[in-house]
Amino acid sequence: MNLAFKGIPEDGKPRLPGSLHVNRRLDRWLTFHADGRVTIRPGKVELGQGILTALAQISAEELDVALARIRVQAAATPESPDEAVTSGSLSVQESGMALRHACADARRIFVSVVAQRTGVPAEDIAVRDGDFLAPDGRVLGSYWAMAEAELLATEASPEATPKPAADRQVVGRSAPRLDLPDKVFGAARYVHDLRLPGMLHARVVRPPSRGAVLGELRDGPLPGDARVHRDGSFLAVVAAQEHHAEQAAERVARRAGWDERDTLPDDAALESWLRSAPSEPIEVASREAETPAPAHRIKASFYRPFLAHASIGTSCAVARWDGATMEIWTHSQGIFNLRADLTKALRLPAEAIVVRHMEGAGCYGHNGADDVALDAALVARANPGHPVRILWSRAEELGWSPFSPAMLVEVEAEADAGGTLQRWSQQGWSNGHSGRPGRGKDPTLLAASMLAEPFPVPLSINPPAAGGGGIQRNAVPPYRVPALDVRAHRLLEMPVRASALRGLGALVNVWAIESVMDEIATLAAEDPLAHRLRHLDDARARDVLSEAARMAGWATREKQEGRGFGLAVSRYKGTGAYCAAVAEIEAAERIFCRRLWLACDVGEAINPDGIANQVEGGAIQATSMCLMEAVRHDTRTVTSDAWERYPILRFSEVPQVEVTMVSRPEAPPLGAGECSLGPTIAAIANAIADALGVRVRHWPFTPDNLSRAM
Amino acid sequence: MVRFELNGAAVAPEIEEDATLLAALRGPLGLSGPRFGCGAEQCGACVVLLDGAPVFACTLPAAAATGRRVETVEGLGTPEAPHPLQRAFLELQAGQCGFCLSGILMAAAALLHRVPRPSEAQVREALDPHLCRCGAHNRIIRAVLRAAEEGVAA
Repeated sequence: MNLAFKGIPEDGKPRLPGSLHVNRRLDRWLTFHADGRVTIRPGKVELGQGILTALAQISAEELDVALARIRVQAAATPESPDEAVTSGSLSVQESGMALRHACADARRIFVSVVAQRTGVPAEDIAVRDGDFLAPDGRVLGSYWAMAEAELLATEASPEATPKPAADRQVVGRSAPRLDLPDKVFGAARYVHDLRLPGMLHARVVRPPSRGAVLGELRDGPLPGDARVHRDGSFLAVVAAQEHHAEQAAERVARRAGWDERDTLPDDAALESWLRSAPSEPIEVASREAETPAPAHRIKASFYRPFLAHASIGTSCAVARWDGATMEIWTHSQGIFNLRADLTKALRLPAEAIVVRHMEGAGCYGHNGADDVALDAALVARANPGHPVRILWSRAEELGWSPFSPAMLVEVEAEADAGGTLQRWSQQGWSNGHSGRPGRGKDPTLLAASMLAEPFPVPLSINPPAAGGGGIQRNAVPPYRVPALDVRAHRLLEMPVRASALRGLGALVNVWAIESVMDEIATLAAEDPLAHRLRHLDDARARDVLSEAARMAGWATREKQEGRGFGLAVSRYKGTGAYCAAVAEIEAAERIFCRRLWLACDVGEAINPDGIANQVEGGAIQATSMCLMEAVRHDTRTVTSDAWERYPILRFSEVPQVEVTMVSRPEAPPLGAGECSLGPTIAAIANAIADALGVRVRHWPFTPDNLSRAM
Repeated sequence: MVRFELNGAAVAPEIEEDATLLAALRGPLGLSGPRFGCGAEQCGACVVLLDGAPVFACTLPAAAATGRRVETVEGLGTPEAPHPLQRAFLELQAGQCGFCLSGILMAAAALLHRVPRPSEAQVREALDPHLCRCGAHNRIIRAVLRAAEEGVAA
């Protein structure tokens, strides 16, 4: 379970770390094998972020076995603990801390059994790469020799004590990714590569616009053995050979007649739609204080359109229906949640659905992975006995996946004559940031609303503050301010499906907060670094900010024509990892980010190189998002459904990036995957202001949007 | 009939001549390395070498390969005998999700064959047709430069 989303249940049971609390059986998490291997079964999944490697390191550490002995089993509903969704930079906290405790407990159990059998006191027994050793060096047994003993058929005990930080050997050192060799040698590893006997290939024929209803479908020849599958307005083709399915989809698209209507605000009208659409209020934080008449006041609004996930691989799934059980292979972030929605959409009991995770292309949030699983299941049910593989087209991926919602943030801040903050109010408007499956009465899966017996499209929910919030994620400034009023507004109309994308509302909120902080510093003629440092009470935030500034040579930076430097800091979700960024940009015919310096504090770092990779990757992705990206649409459909209309950063445009980690091996791990995006975007915006004297208020930071701000 | 040399072996996949080379490679030839990303020559995930030069397999008709030499990442090296590029990508952990890597490795192999000691700017230029969404670009560039330093057998 996503503990930070739902909260730890008050079930009266002794508290266990992470998701071990709600998945208490040890044999659910790990199994020893007589051949000297150990399988761990996290419920979290590999998304390209390297989590399986970090979890293997944690397990090897507590078991005292070599890392090479660990096999990580991909999550599957029959065998794995239900850890809900792999999201929110929570996998080390939830799965890692569960495995740390479970493995420490397994070690304790085995050692105590060996002690009983041999008479050697448990506290005198050492474990060396899976062997149990007496003080004189005698081998008393091993995990492998006792693998059949079913010692793990029990609930975890709260008494297990993981190693103190100072004793850790495997964790805290960089380990090469377990999944990378397959990817470098082109081995079949992705769900896209799954080939099963008798497998058919299908393609979906999407409507030409949102809400379009399928009318007449003209007959005509199709290539190979291709045939049409229709259920209401859900239209697909299926064939033995993939290229026949692809060609058939093109032909059938030309033969389908659709009733279309306007369902979207035009993208030029989106900002005013955000302000005027009906909404429900969310109280975030408020504190009254008497404050002096302000010497400086900033009032500004920050607007961002819908953003796409824009993964390099398109969504893919394989489904097999044998008349009784539907088996699904998917790159979903949450296999149990997906199963919950499939039970609704397919009207099958949970016992009749098996969901198995296989890796997909990079996943940065709730993309089309769950949707394509239903697509495949629908076609598979009509073709019993045959596995059916569906691969989305690029147009489906960029046009029909859930999007990160368009968002508007308004800030009004006041400072005294010395530039000291007195009053801060902030309001955000957007759709809820989660349309993930498995959480509501109706399925959120794309095809569900297109069936002959359709389901309504559920309005996306907004993650609660306990889960880091959605619209309000990072909406509370980290700075000392006497009077505070922060609110969010969840819109009650949803023209396109909105859901979670890396960072959720933090990207816009941090951009807004850090821009306003810079502006106040400018009004008070104070350096942006000094201004922030004296408003920060959190020493860890000050440390990363000072470190990023040191790396970038902030104090000695030189003013050059057409170049600018900006900085920003944030603690992700207010409870997660700290990250500060300094950006150097060049303002030419458009804005180029040339260099980024990032300092982060993720608490205990399990795999430092993996964290550096995530922090840098997040920063480059954020650079792409804020400089180039916006979903385009007219009143009927998304028009940015090809790379040429949704361009992302290319190799020639990528900034140089330096990452430094502030080491805190004794501190709890905080998750690294999302911390760098908000600060990077804000640092780029501030660097643009430094170079051009223009405060950019519209995303992306293109010449058009800059000229609006002039 | 479609016939070509694939990673050093003669092949004759059973597929229509107007099918794409990518369909032939992933379909009857059973490869996984060349990947579908866009079908429009815009992302580079499908890139393979045709007579040593990078081509987009997602749009190239399979028949266009007839009588020619096709190389994919599967032919580059193996875990036992990795190509210097593959070794460098693993040493520098140059990748995240890895979906873009097959095409990038092939484009880099063609570059190093043509320019054994490229500058960083030349690497960026050669890889510019390739999209990476995870932000592994700088590691990838460093890995190509490291492979060049270590020397790639021509």
